[in-house]
Amino acid sequence: MTAAAAAASPQRRRIERVAYPLALAVLLVALWQGLVTGLKLPHYLVPSPLLMVQTLVTHFGAFMSALAVTLQVTLLAFVLATVVGVAVSFLFVQSRLVETTLFPYAILLQVTPIVAVAPLIIIWVKNPTAAMVVCAALVALFPIIANTTLGLRSVDPDLQAYFRMNGATRWQTLRRLRIPSALPYFFGGLRISSGLSLIGAVVAEFVAGTGGTGSGLAYQVLQAGFMLDIPRMFAALLLISLTGVLLFVAMAWLTRRFIGRWHASEM
Amino acid sequence: MAVAPPVAVEVDGVDKTYPDGTHALQPVHLRVAEGEFVTLLGPSGCGKSTLLKLMAGLLPLDAGRLALWGQPPAQLNAGGRRLAFVFQSPTLMPWADVQTNVRLPLDLARLPAAEAEARVAEALALVGLRGFERALPNALSGGMQMRVSIARALVVRPQLLLMDEPFGALDEFTRHKLDAELLELWRQRGLTVVFVTHSIAEAVFLSQRVVMMAARPGRVTDELRIAEPYPRRRDFLVTPRFAEHAKALQDSLYRASGEALESA
Repeated sequence: MTAAAAAASPQRRRIERVAYPLALAVLLVALWQGLVTGLKLPHYLVPSPLLMVQTLVTHFGAFMSALAVTLQVTLLAFVLATVVGVAVSFLFVQSRLVETTLFPYAILLQVTPIVAVAPLIIIWVKNPTAAMVVCAALVALFPIIANTTLGLRSVDPDLQAYFRMNGATRWQTLRRLRIPSALPYFFGGLRISSGLSLIGAVVAEFVAGTGGTGSGLAYQVLQAGFMLDIPRMFAALLLISLTGVLLFVAMAWLTRRFIGRWHASEM
Repeated sequence: MAVAPPVAVEVDGVDKTYPDGTHALQPVHLRVAEGEFVTLLGPSGCGKSTLLKLMAGLLPLDAGRLALWGQPPAQLNAGGRRLAFVFQSPTLMPWADVQTNVRLPLDLARLPAAEAEARVAEALALVGLRGFERALPNALSGGMQMRVSIARALVVRPQLLLMDEPFGALDEFTRHKLDAELLELWRQRGLTVVFVTHSIAEAVFLSQRVVMMAARPGRVTDELRIAEPYPRRRDFLVTPRFAEHAKALQDSLYRASGEALESA
């Protein structure tokens, strides 16, 4: 491959990565609209994409404030999960004993369904936003712990020997070797957890919403369900999905920004 | 007659068994004089890398005595001497540029920035990598990455250079080139070099003395002197003298391995 071709191909790949899925989306939306119009499907069963957008526009204010609420819970939970997850990982790699003792409980966190625990958390934590943040953070926590711990341990053994041979302190080894080695794994964890934070936030809103509080996107879905306002339900779902995609894209950008120059996954 | 140079490396009855029970090394006796270029040659599993790692203090001894200029490896720095270890792979930090990689041992020792920079520049010049300071390892060829690794070794201004099959993964041409450069550095800097390889040709080309080892259990079987003048150039590789030395090494190696097979 010539140098020019090698330089052009990543750019082309980036365009393809956006253009191809977008083309598919246009095709599917057109098909959807066509089917709904052609088969005269009632809008209380399947609303057309056009109606969905119309609903979104008419209730724009309500949707945006709902989005703001969900986004706030999601982001707070994501930050909380990241901070706690990284702290736990650092604790884990300090000694095998600590990891062996605590890791089963981390798994417990992962396998316990949040819907089952959420009512309890909502009862315990008085502030509804804080309660939802805790729920969502619990959902998002495990991938950060698992990935960062794995990353902090995945150090080239020869490099580790080199550091030891040169009398590196524990802190020097952590800062100059373990943390950079862990970054690709950590970002992998972020990617998974960003999506899980959103799922956690929506689930928490559902649980909280049934109790009469909350005003996020999930509450919109719930309300729309009660009133059989299916177009509004679809519009809320669309916003939730778009938020998830946006979070993913943001994480991908962050990953490229920090490890894109050297890590094989970004080459 | 000149005064004999001091002994740099002294290995007395050193013996190593790994925790899994592998007897890596039977008691070894070896002396390397200051300024000498010695190669440890043998098949896989003969303990040559183990012996080198013991010299570097990377592995604890089970028995015997190992001294560098009369001191245990861990106390070498206190005597103002340094050793440097070059691994089989370049062992660079992929996220850090060339100059940060080369600076690493100085940063770990908390050397003042100005002096560290001067030393890095000097080391990069020695291995012909001036102008590549800001390049990341993945932008360099295998041979260039190995040069960075050697620069990182030289930057501490070592008296003793321990090299564990450093050019084993490189293509033939690059390997010859780096072999020749290494000899230049050795002569210029008055280094003591202990070099591990499984290539007979490389051992003959580089060394003043070749220590031969055999596997299962790892042990020293023989020692041959390559009494050929330096500088050695590429055409040395095609001289009858070179072939004679290579044959002597090969015979000795096969004799030793044959014995091992029979006794196994």
